[in-house]
Amino acid sequence: MLELFTDYTLRNVALGSALLGVVGGALGTFAMLRRQSLLGDVLAHAALPGICLAFLLTGAKAPLVLLVGGGLAGWLAAWLALAVLRHTRLPEDSALGVMLSSFFGFGIALLTFIQQRDNANQAGLDQYIFGQAATIVAADVANFALLAGMALALLGLFYKEFKLTTFDPGYAQSLGLPVRGLGTLLTSLVVLAVMVGLQTVGVVLMAAMLIAPAAAARQWTDRLGVMLALSALFGALAGVSGALISASRENLPTGPLVVLAVSAILLVSLFFAPQRGLVWDWARTRQNRKRVHLERLLLDALALLQHGPLTPQALAQHRRESLAAATRHLEALEAQGWVRPGPQGYRLTPAGQQKALELQMALRSQPSVFPSP
Amino acid sequence: MTLTQTATLPLEVRDLTVVYREQPVLWDVDLAIPPGQLSAIVGPNGAGKSTLLKAVLGLVPRASGQVWFFGQSLREARARIGYVPQRNTVDWDFPTSVLDVVMMGLYGQLGWFRRPGKREREAAMHCLEQVSLQDLAHRQIAQLSGGQQQRVFLARALAQNADLYFMDEPFAGVDAVTEEAILQVLHGLKSQGKTVVVVHHDLETVREYFDHLTLLNVQVIASGPMEETFTSENLRRTYGAKARTGG
Repeated sequence: MLELFTDYTLRNVALGSALLGVVGGALGTFAMLRRQSLLGDVLAHAALPGICLAFLLTGAKAPLVLLVGGGLAGWLAAWLALAVLRHTRLPEDSALGVMLSSFFGFGIALLTFIQQRDNANQAGLDQYIFGQAATIVAADVANFALLAGMALALLGLFYKEFKLTTFDPGYAQSLGLPVRGLGTLLTSLVVLAVMVGLQTVGVVLMAAMLIAPAAAARQWTDRLGVMLALSALFGALAGVSGALISASRENLPTGPLVVLAVSAILLVSLFFAPQRGLVWDWARTRQNRKRVHLERLLLDALALLQHGPLTPQALAQHRRESLAAATRHLEALEAQGWVRPGPQGYRLTPAGQQKALELQMALRSQPSVFPSP
Repeated sequence: MTLTQTATLPLEVRDLTVVYREQPVLWDVDLAIPPGQLSAIVGPNGAGKSTLLKAVLGLVPRASGQVWFFGQSLREARARIGYVPQRNTVDWDFPTSVLDVVMMGLYGQLGWFRRPGKREREAAMHCLEQVSLQDLAHRQIAQLSGGQQQRVFLARALAQNADLYFMDEPFAGVDAVTEEAILQVLHGLKSQGKTVVVVHHDLETVREYFDHLTLLNVQVIASGPMEETFTSENLRRTYGAKARTGG
């Protein structure tokens, strides 16, 4: 009996988190490419006073009413922030930071005011700060699906226009596209995504659901369509795994775990994604260094051979290094198949001669790349 | 100039003034661009050359002035106008391919909601061939050299199949291959009877590349056929005493 109840809860929590992951990942892709990730953070924080005002005005705690209130406040904050950016000389981070803290501060003030009124009904409004996924019921999941569905449908409908205005707004405008209107629409879709996340991860952690999946997806692909799909997938994966992990022990909060899961995905992507991953980047740099080092050695060997035998002693003297180092270097060249030991010291193999010739040609055409010995 | 001539001019600008903050960047610009010619706009840094293109295309607000394209308003003539912005205005790390960018030139014709399909891909491919980039069609755009990026923007504008082209510094910082490719495209457009207006910075080549010249320094200093306009007196008035006349 208890188990069934747990499963029912878990299913709703997992579904709600997955929906959040999908819509956050998809909209976050555009937010990131437009360099508006921080704007997502602003409008998420700004949802708090909207939720409180919706509660004060209606007296009801119907989640959808509160979400709509939060969404409207978020939208207003985003609009204000962009207006400030457009019409004042305030730097972007200052404008966004001020907007975020003023709206959030107002929200906390309203929350305290509500809590001090003697009203048993208020319990639970503060769940919107950090989220409380355990309270998600089937009706909430239906609401989330509606909001997410709307956002994704509009995103699909205007995909081509969003892509062009994000990549090259000036050119888009020259084609006659209403660039500013499309920007407003896209921001409104981000508001819908934030509304989906208010109950699960709350206003403070919502930005992670917009930024992290998109940033992770960008690591794996150079195609916008693939990035969008991957980002949504990463978001969903994080949502479900966060819900499952939090259900595995008592007193593990779902929202923060979802955020941790998506951060883990981002971390893995930053390090191990092919092409853009740091590990491969590091390996490539190392390999290049090794190659240039060997080529440099080969040219030194060639220079020595023009005057006498190529022995560890001669190389050590020429390069001003220890005998041990010179021996190791000659062995490295031998392993490369460029030199071979003989009775009077090392000689160049045909492959080594060929390579040395190529290097000398490159040296002649680009003297700055290989300073001549 | 008779009335019928005015109606067929690809671009006519009257009393155009643009103000950023307090400073006028363009002051009372009058301009008449003749049809079927390669036309250069030249002037020192900060002369308002790019701003002139943007103001004409409605990308920056005009304080005053009127603009006609083929005797029509911008809205009416939009489909006949192609634009090549400066290539450093976009983020080349954007996740998209060369072919995708060129297809963006067709978005205006496609209209709302319709996605580019096979026909659009073929048309874009054809435009890439004209700038010799067909082999790089599926490359991520970040992997292109500066000159190749410039040619992608050119191909995108070609896809618009316009009658009047505006190009913002297409020759800036490109390699010799690209310079040659752009020139070929310009001559191809001219032979099809199209009009091209190019913001140019190089006095050494302007006389060789273009038929018509506008010298700009906030105001129009001189505008007309190349041989009449490219005089040391006009250049001195545009650039001040230190102008080099090339050649």
